[in-house]
This record gives sequence, C-alpha cells and structure tokens, in this order.
Amino acid sequence: MTVIEAPRSRARSRTSFEMYSWIFMRMSGLLLVVLVLGHLLIMNVLDGGVQRVNWGFVAGRWASPFWRTWDLMQLWLAELHGTNGLRTVINDYAVRDSTRFWLKMLLYTSAFLVLVLGTLVIFTFDPSMK
Amino acid sequence: MAKAPAGTLYRGRQGMWSWVAHRVTGVLVFFFLFAHVLDTALVRVSPDTYDKVIATYKTPIVNLLEFGLIAAVLYHALNGLRIMAIDFWEKGPRYQRQLTYAVLTLWFLLMAGAAQPVLAHTFRQVFGS
Ligand code: HEM
Repeated sequence: MTVIEAPRSRARSRTSFEMYSWIFMRMSGLLLVVLVLGHLLIMNVLDGGVQRVNWGFVAGRWASPFWRTWDLMQLWLAELHGTNGLRTVINDYAVRDSTRFWLKMLLYTSAFLVLVLGTLVIFTFDPSMK
Repeated sequence: MAKAPAGTLYRGRQGMWSWVAHRVTGVLVFFFLFAHVLDTALVRVSPDTYDKVIATYKTPIVNLLEFGLIAAVLYHALNGLRIMAIDFWEKGPRYQRQLTYAVLTLWFLLMAGAAQPVLAHTFRQVFGS
C-alpha cells in the first residue's frame, strides 16, 4: 500500500556531485554572510549609502588590494552559489527534458559571462581614466 | 486513511513558508546580481557613464527597491544560517520553529535599524526639508 510515490529523480548518476553541491551551498553561504552583509553595510547603510557612490568612490576602494580581493571573492562565490541554487530551481519546475536543458544552458552561459566580465573589470580597472 | 499528497509538494507550516521565502529571495537576489555586475562594469567604459547610471539609483523609487533588496538578502542570509543550524547543530532540528521566530525577529529589528540610514535621503526629498 504505497501512499507516496517514489522520488522522481533518476538513479543515473553514481557520482557524489550532489553531495558536494549541498556542502558548497552551505560553505559558500557562510562566507557570503560576511562578504555580502559587509558589502551592504558599507555600501548602503553607513556614511550616506548609495548617495555617495560614484566613479571616484569606486576608484578609491579599488586602490586597495584588500577590497579588490573582497569583491572578487564575493563575485565568484555569489555567482556560483546563485547559479547552483537556480540549477535546483530549474530541476524542480522544468517538466520537459528539453526545457530543462535549454534553461540550464541559458543559466550557465549567463553565469560564464558574468564571471568573465566581473573578473576582467576588477583586474583591469584603470584609475587614470578620469 | 488520509488522502495521498500529490507529487512531492511540501506541506509544512512555518517550515514550508520559510522555504518558499528562501527560494524567492534567492532567485531575486541572483537576478539583481546579474544587473549589478553589468552596471559596475560601466566603470570600465567611462567615469561619466558610470556616474549617470548610478544617479538613477539615488532616486526615491529605486531607493525603495534598494530597501527591498536589502530585506531580501538579509532574510535569505539569516534563514540560510537557520538551515545550517538545523543541518549541523545537534539540537537544531528540535528548535527549528524557535529558530524561525528568531530569524524573523532579528530580520525585523535589523531592517528597522537600516530604515533610517537607507531611506532618510528619500524621506527628505519627498516630504520636503
Ligand atoms: C548572504 C549569505 C547567504 C547564505 C547564508 C545563503 C544560504 C543558502 C543555503 C544554505 C542554501 C541551500 C538551501 C538548501 O540546500 O536547501 C541557499 C540556496 C540558495 N541561495 Fe543562498 N545564501 C546566501 C546568499 C545568496 C546570494 C547572494 C544569492 C544570489 C546570488 C543566493 C541564491 C540562492 C539560491 C537561488 C538558492 C536556491 C534556493 C532553493 O533551492 O530553493 N544566496 N542559500
């Protein structure tokens, strides 16, 4: 007398990818608490918040390797954590295999572009532009 | 005998709604991150272009959206910590409901504290000096 259907996941993959993904969500989340909440506190709450943000403000912060490193780590961890989170969401709601496939391709392409663009901007920022 | 639940639908109470909110905030913040990397990339185009786009962030409506974004990130972060407490702390599962209320209380207090510094400028602009 089975009341609840067996889970729909296909017992195909024998690797522990999903376990590492589960651990990664938690470890990156822990680091993001410091990185993201610190970022919001500094950028949006203290000393006038966004009202004081402009190109010169960014240049001032990125003069320091500390903040560049902070922003680089924040970029990579948030983008990977968010992408992996969205992968789960797509797996949950996309019913047709082809829909799921194309949504994930779109997701991975956008994540790749965001990571490349963001990393390039942090590394090639030119303070002499002004 | 109770009716069989359809599919894998999650029918909890606080547990279900805190999960729904975690998912919704996570997806929202992810989309914002996409836009935010693009706007910040403008620092590489020219100081002028960057400043023009950032100026739109300083308007009352976007300032309100910004407050909403902070609310979403803060909820997701605090609830994420609750998830980790349930997963890794031996007493976590037993106190999961209390943890939910702790998350909501802390979220509310921190948002109340953030309201003045984040929204003061808009408040002055909209309601006069
Ligand atoms: C600030 C610190 C953060 C913490 C502590 C945190 C924590 C977590 C945890 C523990 C999960 C896994 C939930 C599970 O496996 O059931 C998760 C899921 C998720 N997170 Fe975060 N996160 C944080 C920041 C972010 C950011 C910045 C984004 C967006 C870029 C994001 C987007 C997501 C998404 C889309 C999911 C998937 C939701 C789901 O499957 O329902 N998170 N988060």
